[in-house]
Amino acid sequence: MVIECLVLGAGQEVGKSCVVVTINGKRIMFDCGMHMGYLDHRRYPDFSLISKSHDFTRSLSCIIITHFHLDHIGALPYFTQVCGYNGPIYMTYPTKALAPLMLEDYRKVMVDRRGEEEQFSSEHIVECMKKVTAVDLKQTIQVDEDLQIRAYYAGHVLGAAMFYAKVGDAAIVYTGDYNMTPDRHLGAAQIDRLQLDLVITESTYATTYRDSKYVREREFLKAVHKCVASGGKVLIPTFALGRAQELCMLLDDYWERMNLKVPIYFSAGLTIQANMYYKVLINWTSQKVKDTYATRNAFDFKNVLSFDRSLINAPGACVLFATPGMISGGFSLEVFKQWAPCEKNLVTLPGYCVAGTVGHKLMSAKIPTQIRLDEDVQINIHQLSFSPHTDAKGIMDLVKFLSPKHVILVHGEKPKMVTLKEKIQSELGIQCYLPANSESLCIPTTHHIKAGASDAFVRSCLSPNFKFLKTNSAELDDSHKRTMPLLQVYDDRVSEGILTLQKNQSPKVVNQNEFMEALGVEKHEVKLAHCFRVYIPDSESGDASDCLPSTSRKGSLLHLISEKLCRELPDFDVQDCQEHIQIQSVVVSFCSNEKCPHRTGVSLQSVDKKEVHFCCSWSVADDALAWRIVASIKNLELDT
Amino acid sequence: MDLSSLAIFSPVPTSSNSIAYNRKFSCSSEKYAGLELNEDKRLKIDKPLDANSLIGAEPHYRTVKNLLLWNVSFIDVVLISSPMGMLGLPFLTRNKDFSAKVYATEATARIGQLMMEDLVSMHKEYRQFYGAEESDAPQWMKWDELELLPLELRQIVFGADGTEFGGWMPLYSAADVKACMLKVECLKYAEEACYGGTLIIQAFSSGLEIGSCNWGISGPKASISYISSSVFSSAAAMSFNYQALQRSDVILYSDFSSCNGLDKFDNDDNCSGAAGNNYSNLSSDDVNSEGHDTLLNDEEYLEEMEKLNFICSCSVDCIKAGGSVLIPIARIGITLQLLERFAVNLASENMRVPIFLISSVAEELIAFTNIIPEWLCEQWQDRLYSGQPLFSHVEMLKDGRLYLFPAIHSLKLLKTWQEPCIVFCPHWSLRLGPVVHLLLRWSADQNSLLVMEEGLDANLALLPFKPMAMKVLQCSFVSGIQMQKSHHLLKILQPRHVLFPEILRQHIGPLETVFSFNYYSENKMVHIPYMKDSELDITVELACQLQYTTLKQQDMNISRLKGELMIEHGRYRLHLGNDEQVSSHPRPLVHFGRIDLNNLLTALQKLDMNATLEEVTGAAGSHKASRIHVSEPSKAMIEVIEAQTVISAADENIASVISQAISGVLDCI
Repeated sequence: MVIECLVLGAGQEVGKSCVVVTINGKRIMFDCGMHMGYLDHRRYPDFSLISKSHDFTRSLSCIIITHFHLDHIGALPYFTQVCGYNGPIYMTYPTKALAPLMLEDYRKVMVDRRGEEEQFSSEHIVECMKKVTAVDLKQTIQVDEDLQIRAYYAGHVLGAAMFYAKVGDAAIVYTGDYNMTPDRHLGAAQIDRLQLDLVITESTYATTYRDSKYVREREFLKAVHKCVASGGKVLIPTFALGRAQELCMLLDDYWERMNLKVPIYFSAGLTIQANMYYKVLINWTSQKVKDTYATRNAFDFKNVLSFDRSLINAPGACVLFATPGMISGGFSLEVFKQWAPCEKNLVTLPGYCVAGTVGHKLMSAKIPTQIRLDEDVQINIHQLSFSPHTDAKGIMDLVKFLSPKHVILVHGEKPKMVTLKEKIQSELGIQCYLPANSESLCIPTTHHIKAGASDAFVRSCLSPNFKFLKTNSAELDDSHKRTMPLLQVYDDRVSEGILTLQKNQSPKVVNQNEFMEALGVEKHEVKLAHCFRVYIPDSESGDASDCLPSTSRKGSLLHLISEKLCRELPDFDVQDCQEHIQIQSVVVSFCSNEKCPHRTGVSLQSVDKKEVHFCCSWSVADDALAWRIVASIKNLELDT
Repeated sequence: MDLSSLAIFSPVPTSSNSIAYNRKFSCSSEKYAGLELNEDKRLKIDKPLDANSLIGAEPHYRTVKNLLLWNVSFIDVVLISSPMGMLGLPFLTRNKDFSAKVYATEATARIGQLMMEDLVSMHKEYRQFYGAEESDAPQWMKWDELELLPLELRQIVFGADGTEFGGWMPLYSAADVKACMLKVECLKYAEEACYGGTLIIQAFSSGLEIGSCNWGISGPKASISYISSSVFSSAAAMSFNYQALQRSDVILYSDFSSCNGLDKFDNDDNCSGAAGNNYSNLSSDDVNSEGHDTLLNDEEYLEEMEKLNFICSCSVDCIKAGGSVLIPIARIGITLQLLERFAVNLASENMRVPIFLISSVAEELIAFTNIIPEWLCEQWQDRLYSGQPLFSHVEMLKDGRLYLFPAIHSLKLLKTWQEPCIVFCPHWSLRLGPVVHLLLRWSADQNSLLVMEEGLDANLALLPFKPMAMKVLQCSFVSGIQMQKSHHLLKILQPRHVLFPEILRQHIGPLETVFSFNYYSENKMVHIPYMKDSELDITVELACQLQYTTLKQQDMNISRLKGELMIEHGRYRLHLGNDEQVSSHPRPLVHFGRIDLNNLLTALQKLDMNATLEEVTGAAGSHKASRIHVSEPSKAMIEVIEAQTVISAADENIASVISQAISGVLDCI
């Protein structure tokens, strides 16, 4: 049995996440993203690799979307409405609520601003979202009789989830994007310890190790405070969802603490709308935020007001959140142009800006005056370095925690991924792969044989099986004496039974007695026996005249043998029972029966006083042991 | 906890009705002076039930009567299906021996907690009036006092069969509630909770109330589904997820809602429509899809909406006439639905009437409802997706159409109070909380309206407020599975066995079903006549090392199996043990069957042995043993006595060869 993994996007790159995984015949598409860097056919995953006939509904069991970012969901309306996929789609409640906003915003930017031919319409988005089944965290969904999926909290953005999928005995986790450290509004990723064949993880920061977030937060607040204190205006270009709420919480909280009265504005209706979602979906934020909802919903920002265009040039300090984040156009660019000439003002830049945007230009030129824009640029720049992605330590921690049999890295840059791959293989000893786009990979999976088990078998397995081992203190040196208890108790439960296979019946496991009973047969005992002669040299001079060894002498001889066996067979429990010695099923005793049937081979009827017969019997299982014992006793004459 | 038992208590008297109380106290003091005492007692018994016969004391509650007889340390798991089903939990969890795991859905736990806290805070008022209770047994619980109670009340105190008296308990404290909540493990719908490695416990929406659920419990041996009162197309909560309960081995049917109903559970498919429809012509899929249609038809939902609309229009009429509307809070879902209706209806009538929600937990409750879209019905979830607020009460709170107050005597309430108005408040028993005060205020107003849920003994409930001029509207909402639907449901669920409550026996009648069924009743252990093997997973590593032998008689392959048994997430799994040294030729450990001497001789001869057979007879000529003597290649002897064979040989090799030959003629493992 294998898991087949077809990477349609985000293989050795960041963008258009899309992996199709086939587990025991069930095919799941994880994410259906779009590449923001391309405008041609390369922006979508190559769906034709899934099915030549383009019958996607039949060839996929379901689609799972991890979160609302466009590089994870951007191609979904195209895939469902244009390519015609009609099967089930799963995403978390917040993703289902927020995804249409993202998609619609993107569509507008493409069509209205850039004048491109539209790839999908507003109706497409609406129709597409109707096919989505919303899921809650940890809810176990039975997609069909065999396929089970479950979402786990991933941090990253509101509603982001890692997904677990299981078919039969094979199981995988696809992480999507995740964050292993909590931030202002979201918690850290959380997952159960699962038995996994494969983990497919993002690796955006495959080689980065980050320090505490609080330092960066403090720097940001300090820069903003300094600016507004001197009467400047702060422009925070940001994306409507996620970062805006996080920074706003940070500021709102700071304003409260420092008792600042400077207004904080939100520019677009979109962000206000987004805040509404955050309020309703507060259960998906961090525990700290959640705990306060009854008294005051943390997304009911106290100091935040709606912005009006007329306020752009109003006197006095203010803070403004405006979209889009990279100042690529729209309102944030409009405001930037107005505020840029004043050196009192401040603009913050997101951690990552696409080449060609104003944000990118500002970022690459450290000194504002060097920026060639139509306007005079005097404004201060503060670079934000918050990232909702996990760093390399987080990835290693997660992989170590889950301990899957295999790891696939996606959503990262190749050279860094190679480093991480080697680290995972050498440090964790887990096979790791980084397939490129359009590459397909096969991974062997766990498989269990299913059988019925009788009650008696299960019971016998569960009943304790105590073993008491005496430590021979004489054999230990002083240093061990203290640490080792004299008696050690072991409870090694061994499950023993009989597996039966019959035609047209599933395998069944029973215990031995049941099996015999069911078959109506009796046990047949097969034993081996051997009676042999040993020459005992006269150790006790006076008693040599006795015709047969006396009982007491026999006893002491048997004791002698038992001690010898004890030494030679330290792993076995040698029982000295006066009349005989027993080691497992092997019984050794004196034999005075002249006609003992077990005396085979050369049997001289000599009555040498120094001769004794030992009779041994044992069951087949202990054959090897028995012959060792026989040899050992026969050696007695040589020893003494 | 049985809250209907609250009815025997008298509500806390307020200034307006204290005269009646004074009268009662004064006459009772007269009563006890003198010889008339005995006569008077008899008189009282014969007296008809009136407001004065109610018990004037801090209410006690009837709980599960045998809870006290249980050794609570024997309970491993407690499953809570609904907020209402949680109210008695502190009685159990405060027991020092209680160590069970308690599971409830997140929403049930939260709403249940709020309900318990509200109940505790409503009791404060009683305590202020009567003072703290001195002992465990209050005055009214003494025998001579109980004898004075009218028959109707005595029946409630002692139960129908006269055995319930032991179940009366004073209410738990706020600390009990807090401690109780710490012991509750919260789940999402369909989240898998694993108890002790063996049981997988899952909650599935039942549709009755926000957060309420049915349970699926599965282990390696069997799966059980617990079906509580469930609603197929709920107007507020997420609807009954019955598909998740399919194909369980046993269904514990615990929906009592149809006990009062007249519909019968039988094979008459009078609700399936087409009369000539013969199931045998249809594939099972068809049967199922038809079944689903029957279960999910929106008749129930529409009826429910109609009832809500009716309440609204009655309320609007009352307000137009200058009266106020009083709605005791029962189910949260229905309260939320009514708030939505009122928002629409009042706006369309262009009426500005304030709505008050008065409860010690009003604010928390409303705040909570705003953040639980995952637990709501589809209609409300769709609002989230279309960018609207979940409930219009958010808007209503902002623009002063709705007010939340913790108590009726809060200063803010007195400032904003205005009549006519609509008030939602606890408690539906009409004995506790703000509802008592408002009823006393409005009971004489013929234009005002009281909305009550059916099922409550209205006569007894309204007793302290008589004479009532106020209008009373009693309505019943769907609170479970209709009997007719339950037949379809079980057909779809395909259980192997169903346990019905004894009280449904008369409704069920003779059934022709594929599943077996029997009945359960209180305090009787039921054994389910059903056995199945446990399921066992054998790891491939272990399975690869199995060596099969084929049995001579039966067509069966067998193999000795040895490993380490693990219980992981509700499944038995057999692993290769750590220290197992698997030899390439494991010796057979057990032989069975009888030795065919001729076969053995042939086998030995094939191994180039010179063997002769000797029969040994006992003294009486009876057969004692058979011996085979081997002389070549070296001496050995095989003695066969019934079920035992002994090989005697001096040479290890020959002994081994012979034992293999014997294994060849016997079955062995």
